[in-house]
Amino acid sequence: MKHLMDINDLTLSQIDQLIATANDIIADKDKYKDVCKGKKLATLFFEPSTRTRLSFEAAMIELGGSILGFSEAQSSSAAKGESVTDTVQTVGCYADIIAMRHPKEGAPLAASKRTTVPIINAGDGGHSHPTQTLADILTIHREKGRLSNMTVGVCGDLKFGRTVHSLINALSRYQGNKYVCISPTELVIPDYVKANILEKNKIEYIETTDMEEYMPSLDILYMTRVQRERFFNEADYVRLKDSYILTPDKLKSAKPDLSIMHPLPRVNEISVKVDDDPRACYFKQVVNGKYMRMALILMLLGIEVK
Amino acid sequence: MKIDSIVNGIVLDHIAAGNSLRIYKFLNLDDLECSVAVIRNCRSKKYGKKDVIKIDSIIDMNLDVLGYIDPNITVNIIRDGKIAEKKHLELPERLVNVIKCHNPRCITSIEQEVDHIFKLTDRENIIYRCAYCETKSDKEEIW
Repeated sequence: MKHLMDINDLTLSQIDQLIATANDIIADKDKYKDVCKGKKLATLFFEPSTRTRLSFEAAMIELGGSILGFSEAQSSSAAKGESVTDTVQTVGCYADIIAMRHPKEGAPLAASKRTTVPIINAGDGGHSHPTQTLADILTIHREKGRLSNMTVGVCGDLKFGRTVHSLINALSRYQGNKYVCISPTELVIPDYVKANILEKNKIEYIETTDMEEYMPSLDILYMTRVQRERFFNEADYVRLKDSYILTPDKLKSAKPDLSIMHPLPRVNEISVKVDDDPRACYFKQVVNGKYMRMALILMLLGIEVK
Repeated sequence: MKIDSIVNGIVLDHIAAGNSLRIYKFLNLDDLECSVAVIRNCRSKKYGKKDVIKIDSIIDMNLDVLGYIDPNITVNIIRDGKIAEKKHLELPERLVNVIKCHNPRCITSIEQEVDHIFKLTDRENIIYRCAYCETKSDKEEIW
């Protein structure tokens, strides 16, 4: 694997390898502090991001490497009308590896055809965000000790939520996982996800509008934000918005070892009162994201640490 | 109706009835100097009705376009009045600059020089998806 564009670019054994490396980094950070000395990561963010860009930069710094790049298109030559592929080809002359976010879908893939350095898709519009899925996978693995035989609840905006599609895609490659898809009818999971992933692989799933009914069966509850602008009329939004806000009350019937996840940023879909619940994992996802990005940088640069 | 036999040229046979004019357009056959015959609604043992296109010259042809529009077409290359080669088409795994992605959020909508690449993701239902954004193809979007 030269670049990472989508979670499916990784084989299951490569995912296992990334998990093992990330766990090893967590166990012995000192061992990794200089392994990327002399290497440069370029973070090319054609649209703003807080978490992902800083996570990549922190990852490279903790590996002893350096960082360069820009955090918005206006501070790059894109503002002068330069094409994305020309910008990336130029930066490829300075950096050893590139993490790239762009509002247009497929921009990192187009860029990867014009440079010899590895490119990591750090989010391309609503299409794909594989390193978020890697963060989710490491979190599930560390919380549950497995990636199989789980009932996974996904809740909120299942129509436009790329993190949900990508997580379902990734977990569907492991045995025995089933899904409870909780959303307003306006925001149900797209047909192509059902047809190409769930039905094609004969994976059990339920679609429901009722979060509480299925709460007791869940091993994981992956929350996403229901955005006002996705609704056709305000009345529907007002009617439904509170149904998908997670509160301590709604968690009363949940399993004691439920893992509550969210790709963040959240607005109000998880009450801050849930933050103190030991089952809340969403800030662990942030930390785990950095370790998975460290592991990924090492894999793509071909650096093995004994 | 009498159409002269071809000595050196190409015959596109078993075109689904009604599809010949689309194929004529997509292969830019109106740019050719040689004779081109478009025969519609011929009798066919296999399909009941079919269209046929006869081109009185051996030209380079994008078989991916043909295979995408109608994988049942047979391409006969005629040399010295005889069938020298018979090509049976199939759905191509990959189409480069054959279909245009219509997703305004796709990188191909702003980057002029990027090839429009589609991949066959579902052979049974003939579904192609853009390699960049995974948008489903639309046959009307062919260049």
